[in-house]
Amino acid sequence: MAVSKVLGIETEYGISTGRPGDDPIVMSTLLVNAFASKLAHHIRWDFDAESPGADARGRVQPGSLAPMIETHLANAVLTNGARFYVDHAHPEYSSPEVSTPLEAVRYDRAGEEVLRHAMADVARSYPDAPPIVVFKNNSDAKGNSYGTHENYLIARDLSFGDVIAAMVPHLVSRQVYCGAGKLGAETTSFDGPPQFQISQRAEFFEAVVGLETTLKRPIINTRDEPHADATRFRRLHVIIGDANMSEVATFLKVGTTALLLAMLEDDGLIEAIELADPVRAVRTISADPSLNATVELADGRTLTALEIQEILLGQAARYVERGGGEAIGDPSQVVEILRRWEGSLHGLATDSPSMSATIDWVAKKRVLEAFGDRHRLSMGDPKLRAMDLQYHDLRPERSIASRVGLEKLVNQNDVDRAVTEPPRGTRAYFRGSCLAKFPREVVTANWDSLVFDLGTDPLRRVPMMDPLRGTADHTEQLLGSVRSAQELLARIES
Amino acid sequence: MAEQEQTRRTTTSTTESQDVDAPPADRESSEQLKAELDDILDQIDQVLEENAEDFVRNYVQKGGE
Repeated sequence: MAVSKVLGIETEYGISTGRPGDDPIVMSTLLVNAFASKLAHHIRWDFDAESPGADARGRVQPGSLAPMIETHLANAVLTNGARFYVDHAHPEYSSPEVSTPLEAVRYDRAGEEVLRHAMADVARSYPDAPPIVVFKNNSDAKGNSYGTHENYLIARDLSFGDVIAAMVPHLVSRQVYCGAGKLGAETTSFDGPPQFQISQRAEFFEAVVGLETTLKRPIINTRDEPHADATRFRRLHVIIGDANMSEVATFLKVGTTALLLAMLEDDGLIEAIELADPVRAVRTISADPSLNATVELADGRTLTALEIQEILLGQAARYVERGGGEAIGDPSQVVEILRRWEGSLHGLATDSPSMSATIDWVAKKRVLEAFGDRHRLSMGDPKLRAMDLQYHDLRPERSIASRVGLEKLVNQNDVDRAVTEPPRGTRAYFRGSCLAKFPREVVTANWDSLVFDLGTDPLRRVPMMDPLRGTADHTEQLLGSVRSAQELLARIES
Repeated sequence: MAEQEQTRRTTTSTTESQDVDAPPADRESSEQLKAELDDILDQIDQVLEENAEDFVRNYVQKGGE
């Protein structure tokens, strides 16, 4: 029986003042603190439960530990249940846990609004300094990449070997509809550097399976840190995705992946597509916007990325016909995932420019080529490279993504509400609501607990080991009926 | 398809202005698409960073994750 696909998206944003000497850690800290200082009470993150070095393969390899998060940097928990903090040299927004793909889109968009608010807050506080500009992308075009990670709740008893077998072909080929696109290449991994790539991240992946996220990045990341009851759950931490400006691309990215994981949990591994060289396949697919390139399978056959995706779509559609997909949380969204998945593959196969309202790399490539034609520019021209970067620029007055006609799935009012209100379908509801209602009493928070200071006794930790408890259904009435944090804890413990 | 076009041309021979290369609906939508794209390019002309070279050169990030 598939576990409900609780989801979350973490985004490390790019930042710049246009002055290369400015310290990115300082800039990131300014952004986070400017936003967090507006909150009723700045609530810190609790690191007790963090163990990014734990490995899903059950053994920790010497020298392969992911670096620990720097605990002294700015760190805030938001009333929407998200975490907003400085990770390495970037501001990072980790969305609250949500229960459907469309909610993942809404809370990912809310993250953009948080960063936009933060930019404005810093500009107001430091009117004489050059403004800090934030970009939702994954590389600086000079060989440095930073991540957009997805998280999926999966069953602990699922064989991790099966997860690898089922996910590798999907994560290698899904870039055809969720790649964000970029000009050129920035590593030496291509024989002939491509003019345009489908994915920003593809060329930075060097291993099939591994624990690292910063060096020798793997297609399947084995970080085993469930932030939940580890006897029942695993959190699949997917690090290979691009940050999307297109809402439809985000919806498809998490929707297809969640559906395939639910299918694996319900039905086991059916007809896995074993690639001969997955790392090479990611790059081959990224480097070919014509979508004709083939990749080799272990059995010697060759398939295009679209053909791999057609097979996965067929499996998922049959799974849904058999009654599968309940774990996605909303039957109408399951229908929508399949419809858009099929429509995207068909559109890409027959007339890829027709997908410019939904697929980021297609939208970007279309305007780059048209702009280049209009002004007779070569593909390496700085103006086109500026466009490539500005596609991801969060300043409304400079954003290109907001001007290319991308289709919306969520209306702006719902996005704005998601900046402060938590999702109703997961424990993020309890986290966010407690922060809003008892900002003085909640002293620290993390994904799976809240710590209250009631002014007496020791601090009181409220564990939240099940991401599906603490929802609005479970706790809205309780939270509405208590007048103090003391009363809340007394009611919980009674 | 070509055969159908032929038939239509002979039966509507009095309306000379019909474009036989593309059905009117397609032609309109392709013109509409071009107009939309032109409008997008006009907007990009307005918002593109004036000093594109510096903007791109000065965008340097540390790796993350």
